[in-house]
Amino acid sequence: MADQPTSGGGSQPSKPPPWNDPAVRSIVFQVLALVVLGWFFWTILNNTLANMETRGISTGFAFLDRDAGFGILMSLIPYDESNSYGRTFVVGLLNTVLVAFLGIILATVLGFIIGVARLSNNWVIAKLAAVYVEVVRNIPLLLQIFFWYIAVLQALPGIRQSITFGDSFYLNNRGFFFPKPVFGDGFGLVWIALIVAIVAIVCLRKWAKRQLDRTGQQFPVFYASAGLIIGLPLIAFLAMGAPLTFEYAELQRFRLAGGASVIPELMALLWALTMYTAAFIAEIVRAGILAVSHGQTEASRALGLKNNQTLQLVIIPQAMRVIIPPLTSQYLNLTKNSSLATAIGYPDLVSVFMGTTLNQTGQAVEIVAMTMAVYLSISLLISLVMNIYNRRMALVER
Amino acid sequence: MKSTPILVAAAAAITLVAGAAHAATLDDVKSKGVLACGVSTGLPGFSAPDANKNWNGIDVDVCRAIAAAVLGDAKKVKFTPLTAKERFTALQSGEIDVLSRNTTWTHTRDTSLGLNFAGVHYYDGQGFLVTKSLGVKSAKELDGAAVCIQAGTTTELNLADYFRFNKMQYKAVVFDTSEQTLAGFEANRCDVLTSDQSQLYALRTKIKNAANTVVLPEVISKEPLGPVVRQGDDQWFNIVKWTLNAMINAEELGVTSKNVDAKKSDKNPAVARLVTGTGDMGKKLGLDNDWAYRILKQVGNYAEIFERNVGAGSPLKISRGLNALWNQGGILYAPPIR
Repeated sequence: MADQPTSGGGSQPSKPPPWNDPAVRSIVFQVLALVVLGWFFWTILNNTLANMETRGISTGFAFLDRDAGFGILMSLIPYDESNSYGRTFVVGLLNTVLVAFLGIILATVLGFIIGVARLSNNWVIAKLAAVYVEVVRNIPLLLQIFFWYIAVLQALPGIRQSITFGDSFYLNNRGFFFPKPVFGDGFGLVWIALIVAIVAIVCLRKWAKRQLDRTGQQFPVFYASAGLIIGLPLIAFLAMGAPLTFEYAELQRFRLAGGASVIPELMALLWALTMYTAAFIAEIVRAGILAVSHGQTEASRALGLKNNQTLQLVIIPQAMRVIIPPLTSQYLNLTKNSSLATAIGYPDLVSVFMGTTLNQTGQAVEIVAMTMAVYLSISLLISLVMNIYNRRMALVER
Repeated sequence: MKSTPILVAAAAAITLVAGAAHAATLDDVKSKGVLACGVSTGLPGFSAPDANKNWNGIDVDVCRAIAAAVLGDAKKVKFTPLTAKERFTALQSGEIDVLSRNTTWTHTRDTSLGLNFAGVHYYDGQGFLVTKSLGVKSAKELDGAAVCIQAGTTTELNLADYFRFNKMQYKAVVFDTSEQTLAGFEANRCDVLTSDQSQLYALRTKIKNAANTVVLPEVISKEPLGPVVRQGDDQWFNIVKWTLNAMINAEELGVTSKNVDAKKSDKNPAVARLVTGTGDMGKKLGLDNDWAYRILKQVGNYAEIFERNVGAGSPLKISRGLNALWNQGGILYAPPIR
């Protein structure tokens, strides 16, 4: 503590009483705030339980073990009616994660393309991109989902009039059906080869970077990587005697049995979410690129970099610092917006768990709380990943 | 996200409203001067708004009868349209006083939701609607079919049970509201639309190409539909129960909205107890003794509301069937008012 007087003579300043000590005060107030907050939540919880008890509403999580008894349109894990409500939760959760994951990837790709296109020197391309952004981001998402769902369904033929490609791919208003790969014995080696290829590419890139720093020689990393990732598994595949067969969809009275399929609800939802979010991402990308001063472009030209290289090596890395934080928000929006699935019958978490399961068990408080916890967890996870990425991309001050 | 905010708000309301469980709904309704009634988002014959935004239907008339008994005016009802998913939460949280929304009485709903079913005003059963061009004559031929269905209904379970029991495959496409379900069926997303048979007839009136559709003969479940109230308020439970019973008894006794004034001087003591309130029947419910008179005068007896909304006097043209009185070949049987 620095409250010892450095010069003698003056009277010793006494230590302030505890109620005037800023350190003590701040601790007291923080504890007080925590206690009030804790009391608030405890009261709510207690009240809820007491109220539900007096009204004869079932409480607790025992329902998760009971048989669900209803069917779900699409499931990434094996599911049938005899499974539990707990499993319907997992099925819904995975369907939500699937659409969010694919949506984020597609929206990012599309958004970057449109964002860059808006800055294009080509008048037509730039204006088309501008029109896309202004139209798509100004129409409510729910309407767009309905539009694409109805558009997709109306445009597609019935099951008997399916559009087929060589009798193995079928497209109709029940979905897109394609042959399901069946992995035979020894296919494991192909996966191993794939992993080896990926590891090799990572090492190769590091080596190429060092090589470039040391000698100024550029190594064709892209072609070498492509060769590795295709070549290694292919060699393994042929060596094992091509252990892969396909199960084809087969036309029956009402349906195509067997094979694998994508339901139209997923296509419509994914398409609408991608289009909508891409419009926002495009604007973020444009803002990010414009935030990099023009001097950087001129400097890179002066160094003799080509247009492509200028964009890839100079502009984008700097723009990313501006882009990533708002991009994270868009990813979160997309994930949460995926709950609109319930309107068109895509079996996501809200539709399956907060819909059917809630209604059959009637345990609204538990189910709504679980669903909110899921969205919160997914969002926090995305935030975490993006924050780590952001830290890596942030400007390193020297 | 259409329904979620209401659900969340209702769940929050349960958590926050303390001690409301034992509040007397009757006093509540009287002091508000209006009955809050939960109905569907639009199902012709049961509860649907007409062009002037007036609600009509058999479910609606049950609410109007309660308002006539309790508040003296059948018009003092505030209708809250609810999806199948929202309905129970809305009732539990006190947003509505009574739920009259083609709701099936089942064991789970009666025992674990904190709700009571006050009787049955329509005996229904689940059926299938298909397009004629499909060439299907029986539900047993539906193996592998895609089925459009509304979320949050008993039909989801019945469907699963039926197909599983008959060892058939199916794909259930689940929508949020009956309009969306119908849109999915019309867009050919499904081969079959399944719901309670009465609803199939009602939805069929909305289909553009109704002549090309047919309701299959199989009825795969029992669906007794009735008004629902919160548990723990027996007085209100009794009022709703006996409002319904009064309308059914009135039909049995031949009292209609047209002759109820003349029946005031009827010799039959059962009629007198109903329309003039001898024996203090209304007082025992916590109402006045003209309660049943007002129901019959302003809304009518069961036969009247049935015929006007779903029967011969409506586009649905559903015959009485199970919903005829017990002495006329149906199973409608109300305990006596005495």
